[in-house]
Amino acid sequence: MTALPSRKLEAWRYTDLRALAAISFAEPAPVTVPALPDLGLPKIVFVNGMYSVSLSTPPEFLQKFAQVAEASDLPLALINAEQARDGVTLSVPDGVDAGAVLLISYASGIKNPVALHPRHRITLGRDAKLTLIEIAMGEGIYWHNPVVDIALHDSAVLAHYRLQNEGEEAFHLATLRAKIAANAAYESFSLVLGAKLSRAEFHATLMGPKASTHLNAAQLLRGHQLGDFTSIVAHDAPDCGSRQTVKSVLDGHARGVFQGRIEVARAAQKTDGYQMNQALLLSPDAEMDIKPELEIFADDVKCSHGATIGALDPEQIFYLRSRGIPEDQARSMLIRAFLSEALEPVTHALAREMFETAIETWWAQK
Amino acid sequence: MLEIKNLSAAIADKEILRGVDLTVPDGEIHAIMGPNGAGKSTLSYVLSGREGYEVTGGSAVYNGQDILALTPEARAAAGIFLAFQYPVELPGVGNANFIRTALNAVRRARGEPELDAVAFLKLARAELKKLSMPDDMLKRNVNVGFSGGEKKRNEVFQMALLQPGLAILDETDSGLDIDALKIVSDGVNALRGPKFSALVITHYQRLLDHIVPDRVHVLSAGRIVRSGGPELALELEAHGYAGQEAA
Repeated sequence: MTALPSRKLEAWRYTDLRALAAISFAEPAPVTVPALPDLGLPKIVFVNGMYSVSLSTPPEFLQKFAQVAEASDLPLALINAEQARDGVTLSVPDGVDAGAVLLISYASGIKNPVALHPRHRITLGRDAKLTLIEIAMGEGIYWHNPVVDIALHDSAVLAHYRLQNEGEEAFHLATLRAKIAANAAYESFSLVLGAKLSRAEFHATLMGPKASTHLNAAQLLRGHQLGDFTSIVAHDAPDCGSRQTVKSVLDGHARGVFQGRIEVARAAQKTDGYQMNQALLLSPDAEMDIKPELEIFADDVKCSHGATIGALDPEQIFYLRSRGIPEDQARSMLIRAFLSEALEPVTHALAREMFETAIETWWAQK
Repeated sequence: MLEIKNLSAAIADKEILRGVDLTVPDGEIHAIMGPNGAGKSTLSYVLSGREGYEVTGGSAVYNGQDILALTPEARAAAGIFLAFQYPVELPGVGNANFIRTALNAVRRARGEPELDAVAFLKLARAELKKLSMPDDMLKRNVNVGFSGGEKKRNEVFQMALLQPGLAILDETDSGLDIDALKIVSDGVNALRGPKFSALVITHYQRLLDHIVPDRVHVLSAGRIVRSGGPELALELEAHGYAGQEAA
């Protein structure tokens, strides 16, 4: 197997995988699956990395899994390619609005530690539309290492909402790659709540004029959790826009990582790139590492980035309390207000409700 | 009724209030005037429970309840409302959501039924109309991008909905033009009644032309040094605070 990346690699400087490397994984044993979320949508369910016929109510356009060669040198994508046994292949034809689809991954490492390497491929034809709501969850010690390859043809729109709510002993390392053609839009939001250690690594390539993407995320972490959000947005064509708002709320000894690179090719004139990373530290022991990078070869571009790290403002808390709002509720309101900009791309009502409930539950569980 | 007896308070070991005695009976509006640094804002924060103010002696009892032992939210539920001198901006928090949450928290604490979004909007719109404020006040984020006058009007709007028994207005007139001053004053006067009392903290007589107080007190160096009727405010306006300490 390809080796796990070490911290000597610049891309892995802040995220140490030695705890993962120390685990020996076994073949998954049969598991009893608990009740899974149901949003009343077509549902694709994976249990320990394999498609479950009995738990799924598949949408149209779902195709059989087929292995493909891995062309990159990304260590986790290479490991995934070596180990992948199953995955979603969803291909929406030109001009079709495929509605919303729920993709659930449930893993159980209760009996033995297990590793799952699903490989998903989402392709949208010209003018096609899809809303993909992903939920990752599980119990026990396991490693979820999905690779999601997304191809959006001209004017296609993919709304991709991810709820990472893995078990507390889990490792979640996701690689997401989106190739976005002219006028197409990749709108994504990830809510990171679970796993002992997690990373979502996005590679978004804006390939045709007026392609656009939102790569937003919120990480809510506590205890000794680590959450890493890494993105590389490549502007390869003119008139493209990319917007990233990533917010982290860190309690206890949690650590957040944000690495965001915007690459603007010489041809990508009139690029509009925006990147904002903000962290709210609820504890003196929490830590946030931020590494923004801009690499610009075109001369007529607008690119901005900003980063802030702060705490809840006692003046704001007092103002709310003076109006009768209990302290705990006041803090919760201010945290939700802090997160609100990151949630902007979530226009689907069911997805928004799911995220808002998950955020409230996270706060209530402290 | 609010009864403050020999109240002393300090910020970071610096004594600001040095034995304030003050009684505000139900149905009355009292003005507190005094020079900068006299302790006027400190008094309002101590009564509303802001952190960082240490009560070093004395008591403050509202309707028979020792309020100094209560959290700020419990004081609000007991009927105390502070109109801030500098209302706080809350980016990302919608004004309607904020005020409804506050109103329902207070109603819950008082054992009254909560209002749903529809009932709240109806009530809120009616109050806005009374206060000559536009409906879009509800849609904006709390105080974000509000002018000074809009912020103060938003305070009065919250007060009108929360229906406090005791309102503390901390220099609500500062930064107000004459029209806004009138709207704010009308808002306070609309609440006047046998169960409503207010402490109006101000530098200037101007506000007291609109909100006519029953009593005027002069706070100087942390103590009430003089009390009188509305005419005292006029006298202070004419002659200043010099010499009040000795009186």
